[in-house]
Amino acid sequence: MEYILQILPSLLSGARMTLSIFFWTLLGALPLGLIVGLGLTSRFRPFKAVLRLYVWLMRGTPLLLQLIFVFYGLPMIGFTLERYPAALFAFILNYTAYFAEIFRGGLQSIDPGQYESAKVLRLTYWQTIRKIVTPQVVKIVLPSIGNEVINLVKDSSLVYVIGLGDLLRAGNVATSRDVTLVPLVLVGIIYLLMTAVLTFVLRKCEQHYSYWK
Amino acid sequence: MLELKNITKSFNQRIVWKNLSLKIQDGQILCVVGQSGGGKTTLLRCISGLERLDKGQMLLDGQPFDPIASRNNDAVIGVVFQDFQLFPHLTVLENITLAPKLALKESNQTAVEAARELLTKLSLADKADLYPYQLSGGQKQRVAIARALAMKPKILCYDEPTSALDPGLRDKVKAIILQLKAAGMTQIVVTHDWEFAQQIADQTFKIEPQKQ
Repeated sequence: MEYILQILPSLLSGARMTLSIFFWTLLGALPLGLIVGLGLTSRFRPFKAVLRLYVWLMRGTPLLLQLIFVFYGLPMIGFTLERYPAALFAFILNYTAYFAEIFRGGLQSIDPGQYESAKVLRLTYWQTIRKIVTPQVVKIVLPSIGNEVINLVKDSSLVYVIGLGDLLRAGNVATSRDVTLVPLVLVGIIYLLMTAVLTFVLRKCEQHYSYWK
Repeated sequence: MLELKNITKSFNQRIVWKNLSLKIQDGQILCVVGQSGGGKTTLLRCISGLERLDKGQMLLDGQPFDPIASRNNDAVIGVVFQDFQLFPHLTVLENITLAPKLALKESNQTAVEAARELLTKLSLADKADLYPYQLSGGQKQRVAIARALAMKPKILCYDEPTSALDPGLRDKVKAIILQLKAAGMTQIVVTHDWEFAQQIADQTFKIEPQKQ
C-alpha cells in the first residue's frame, strides 16, 4: 500500500499527459472529421481524390510510424515540432481520417429527400447541414465514434516513442526500477477507470439522442 | 397564374416530356395524372426547382420565373412530398417554424403563433410537441402541409397525396385541399388516382409516356 502511494503521483502525472492528448485530439479531430467527411461526399472529384488519398495514407500506415515520421522525419525537411505538438499533430491527422470515414457513412445514410425538402423550404446549404443533417448524422455515428474514442485513450500510449511521459511510460519506468509488476497493474486499472467513465458518458450521449427515431 | 411554355425535360437522352404547355389559374386546382413513370413527378420537381428544364419557359403572373434561381425570401412554390420528408429530430412545431425563422427571418414568436394557427386549422393543435415518429401517416401529411404553408407559398404542390394513406383518409385529404382552395390557394396535385383527381380538379392534365 505504501509502495502504491509512493508511485501514484508519477502515474497520475502520466495520466494527465494521456488525458490531455486524448482531449485535444478529440477537440481537433471531431470537427475536422466532419468537414473531411462532407468533402468525401462532395461531387467535386479532384477534391475527393485528394481526401481519399489522405484517408488511405492515415488508415493504411501504423499510427506509431506516423508519430515517428512527424517527430523525427519532418525536421529533415525543415519542419521541426516540439514533442507534445508533434504528438498532437500526428494524432489529429490520424483520427480525423477515421472520423471522416465514419461521418461519410453517416452522411450517406441521410435520405436525399431531407436535402430536397430543406431546399424547397429555402434553407441554404449550410443551414441544411447545420440544422437538418448534422443532428441526424450525430445520432447515427455515435456508437462508431464511441468505439474510436475508447481506442484513442489506449492509442495515446504510443507517444512514449517520441519521449513523452504518459501513463504507460510512468508505469514502465517504475516497473523496471523497482522490479515489480505492481505499477503495471495500477496502470491497467487507471486505463480501465478512464474507459469506464467514457463508456458511461457515451451511453448518456446515446440516451440523449433517443428522444426521436 | 403559372404558365409553362413549351417545356422539355430529358434524362440522358431519354425524353420525359417534350414541348409541354400548361396554364394554372389562381385559386384553382390542377391535377396532373398519368401512368407511373410518365414524368408527373418530374414535372412537379421542375416547377419546385429541384430539377432544371432543358428547354422552355415558366411564367408567373406573366413574369419569367426560374424556381432554381429565385432563392430569395419570397417562397413561391410549396411542396408536400409523397413520403412527407418531415425532419425526424424536430418536433411538429419546430418542423413548421424552422424555415420561416431561417429563410423568412421571422421572429420566434411570430413563427410559433403562425404555426399554432396552422396546426389548429389542420386539427393538429394537440400534436405540436410530438416527434414525427409518434404520428400516423395522415397526421404526418398534415404536418407537411402546414410546414409548406408556413412559408406562405403562392402555389402548393402535392406529390401523390393519397398513395401513402389508408382509403378512409382520402376524403380527409380531399377536404383539406378543398378547404385551402376556398381560402384562395393555387394547388397542383400529382396523382395516379383518377377518381381522386376527378373529385377535386378544376383542370386535369394528362401526361402520356413519350414514345422514344
